[in-house]
Amino acid sequence: MLSVRHLRVEFPTRHGTLVALDDVSFDIAPGEVLGVVGESGAGKSMTGNAVIRLLEPPGHIAAGEVLLSGKRIDDLPEEHFVPLRGRHIGMIFQDPLTSLNPLFSVGDQLVETIRAHLPMSEKQAREEALRLLREVGIPAPETRLDSYPHQFSGGMRQRVVIALALAARPEFIIADEPTTALDVSVQAQILALLKRLCADHGTAVMLVTHDMGVIAETADRVAVMYAGRLIEIGPVDEVIRNPQHPYTKGLMASIPGIAKRLERLYQIEGSMPRLAAIPEGCAFNPRCPHAQQRCRAERPDLMPAGGSQAACWLHDPVDPLPLRQDLAGEEVSHVR
Amino acid sequence: MSQQNQAPQSAAPVAPPKPSKWRTFLDSDIVYSWKRQPVVILATLVTLIMFAAALFAPWIAPQNPFDPRQLELIDAFTPPMTTSDFTGNFYLLGSDSQGRDVFSAILYGSRISLLVGFAAVIFALVMGTALGLLAGFRGGWRDALIMRIADVQLTFPSILMALLIFGVIRGFLPRSLHAEVAIIVLIIAIGLSDWVQYARAVRGATMVEKSKEYVQAARVIGLPARKILFQHILPNVMRPVLVIGTIGLALAIIAEATLSFLGVGMPATQPSLGTLIRVGQDYMFSGEWWILLFPGLALLILALSVNLLGDWLRDVLNPKLR
Amino acid sequence: MCADTAVKKSMATQGEVLLEAQDLARHFDVSKPWLNRVIERREKLTLKAVDGVSFSIRRGETLSLVGESGCGKSTVARLVVGLYGLTRGKLAFDGEDISNLAGRTGRQAASVRKRFQMIFQDPYASLNPLWRVGTIIGEPLRFFRPEMNSADRRRRVGELLEHVGLSAMDANRYPHEFSGGQRQRISIARALANEPEFMICDEPTSALDVSVQAQILNLMRDLQDEYGLTYLFISHDMAVVKHMSDRIAVMYLGRIAEIAPADQLFENPHHPYSKMLLAAVPSLEGVGKERTVIQGEVPNPVHPPTGCAFHPRCPHANERCKAEVPRLIARSDGSEVACHGVEEGRLP
Repeated sequence: MLSVRHLRVEFPTRHGTLVALDDVSFDIAPGEVLGVVGESGAGKSMTGNAVIRLLEPPGHIAAGEVLLSGKRIDDLPEEHFVPLRGRHIGMIFQDPLTSLNPLFSVGDQLVETIRAHLPMSEKQAREEALRLLREVGIPAPETRLDSYPHQFSGGMRQRVVIALALAARPEFIIADEPTTALDVSVQAQILALLKRLCADHGTAVMLVTHDMGVIAETADRVAVMYAGRLIEIGPVDEVIRNPQHPYTKGLMASIPGIAKRLERLYQIEGSMPRLAAIPEGCAFNPRCPHAQQRCRAERPDLMPAGGSQAACWLHDPVDPLPLRQDLAGEEVSHVR
Repeated sequence: MSQQNQAPQSAAPVAPPKPSKWRTFLDSDIVYSWKRQPVVILATLVTLIMFAAALFAPWIAPQNPFDPRQLELIDAFTPPMTTSDFTGNFYLLGSDSQGRDVFSAILYGSRISLLVGFAAVIFALVMGTALGLLAGFRGGWRDALIMRIADVQLTFPSILMALLIFGVIRGFLPRSLHAEVAIIVLIIAIGLSDWVQYARAVRGATMVEKSKEYVQAARVIGLPARKILFQHILPNVMRPVLVIGTIGLALAIIAEATLSFLGVGMPATQPSLGTLIRVGQDYMFSGEWWILLFPGLALLILALSVNLLGDWLRDVLNPKLR
Repeated sequence: MCADTAVKKSMATQGEVLLEAQDLARHFDVSKPWLNRVIERREKLTLKAVDGVSFSIRRGETLSLVGESGCGKSTVARLVVGLYGLTRGKLAFDGEDISNLAGRTGRQAASVRKRFQMIFQDPYASLNPLWRVGTIIGEPLRFFRPEMNSADRRRRVGELLEHVGLSAMDANRYPHEFSGGQRQRISIARALANEPEFMICDEPTSALDVSVQAQILNLMRDLQDEYGLTYLFISHDMAVVKHMSDRIAVMYLGRIAEIAPADQLFENPHHPYSKMLLAAVPSLEGVGKERTVIQGEVPNPVHPPTGCAFHPRCPHANERCKAEVPRLIARSDGSEVACHGVEEGRLP
């Protein structure tokens, strides 16, 4: 459905060019949910924004291509691209209030979106809007159609946004932190809804989030990002149960769980490098317990590792780097 | 943290050589933005030149236009770039009905305009900031009272307000004092008509800063309100105030000129730019165009360059636009 | 540093109640301005952010308040440190009545205030952007120990920075030069400056990434062990709360639904809301499994439901739940639960 090939996003600044995304490639199949996970500054939202061309200037796509249903969309002129948003690519953002116009009723916004993309009469569109609201689980949709966004609670608002994103029946949806602003109990409702609807419609979803828990229960596959690069991608249970990249391993181990209680959490020392100071070679090497000379000099590409793919020299098919034995034992004990 | 890890762990950490304050300033975003905008550079230069000319007027001007003994009535209405046939004085921008050198009058006049402008801005800024801080920090009835007064005042155009204040103050003073205290009355009138925007900006910023966690942290320690206000909040709300102040300077200069033009500002014996324009307009259609044109141009250029600077400063300092 | 004595002191006095909160309440007036109210004929609106919360914290332990947005947990934290005044109720710190702390500032309150400190959620707003880090960390010292000379103070600030994992030379830098996690370390250093006994931590890691969260949580645990600190820990994240706490209080709409020892709460929650919260936690263990989806959302706290505030979402609610506010009742297993169903034995 969606293919991203060697995507590179640059931000020229007066202190030099910052590379915000570097050689990012992935595919999403119809009906599949790809979770894109990473910490702040990893470039996960940037990936979504690059696909739908909402990069803040002076950021721009410097290399690579984006294909939707086999057609290149990254080189389309702006006037051909804008109609794609909504019609072929739906968007769901963290704050529902930014996606909804506070001055128009929910019904009007739905009708307008539907009619902009689908050949329907006012009446048909209103019927369709009603159906959508019912589908996303808004109780008594007939009475809510003429309500304004501020009259809805946070969870209900996000449901409306989902209805809006689905209105034109797009093939692909980008959901950027769709549940981060919501309470846990509501979060579960929204994720279940999103997952069910996309499965029903065969919509592909790119779910961008920092929350591994959200990924674990919603995504089919996970892409882990670090410092603007994709460092591991694979089926969700593989990546979560058996992470291959040392960063993913550390990340998974540093999340406190409710099942087990540890005296100390595993901690990855240091923090993500700033874009202006991404280290040579593997971007994770200064924080990696296994880093060796090669990691500091040569950047690893994604290579098969376990059931997934990881960008780490430990998994080099020709000449795998030896795991540092003194650390390996200790580290494994932390991975749950 | 990342820096620490990348650097080799040495026993005695050495601080990186600290760039001097001047270098840091030259490298800042403000200077960078300044250098890239020719209009702003030009405005800065013009402003500086006009400030300097006003400041050093007594040394630059060929005559002191406020001193009747220096005026040659016989040289009245000498056109620009002309040497008088009677006295041999050269008049760069011509002379007026009193034989006053227009160039000198502009230098001395902008001196008064700038003095009134600066003083009025400082007056308004101090008053507005103090009231805004009080309203934003204490809230309650003080806030309601101050902001209602501000609302009421905003419904009057500021020139009307200044006229009103000007009239009231003059009404209380004996006529003989009017010329002497004109400048102070002007400053108070313009300042009083202008404090509202400072108060509003400061009040808003104060309410934002007050709720921030660093202020709460200071309150948890138990710092007295006075310290929180002056050490934490005031420095953090000064940014918008300075921007409004710069733009306000241009407005105050124009307000002063307007009042003087309307005949309620500086007297003709101590003309500001506005007074010069008022006097000059009498001669506009009788052929002595220079008496009006040059003071008018001076006012236009001064107000425009200060305003451009203010606009630029607002854009640079506004975090939302960056 | 007097770390050793602090530890010994805490060993000797472990178990003694440090903070006692009785029936805390804080109501906010959220009505429109007087004129609008008169014209639109509206009633005064009161938000009962906290309404009758009682708990005690023993020296050296960590009590966590957990709940969804609008449950009043942050308000409780601010009541305890005197950022808000109490509408009702009593607060005692180490036996001293501090109910009116909010009205006391300056020297007269310093004897109490210097014994506790607070860590805030937003690392970007909790440090004065115009101050150097050294000045920020030195602020409590300048106030509580005016006799300390500036060289000693600088030395102490350097120690504190090293202690929280930064470098003494960072004192000369400004907050914007640091990452979120580093700023939170600076906040912690400031809180520690005057060697408090009690720390109130309001969502200290909610704004941080997970790997940084692990660093900060570990640091906080280390500091607790080293100084014998007592924590009141506020969070919405059940896993973080479980990791940090000895006891947990689950809050819902301004009241405590259940207080229990941490392990007890996770193994055997009594209150239907506690059960729901636990069920809603996304779990990494059950990949691909859907969580139990719970219906409904937290109601608007300005118009809370009658009786037990949870009854509209509770599958076990009956007439009594709709009418009568349940009280916290102690159970034999060490927990306290505010639920009619549990009290009547209808629920386990």
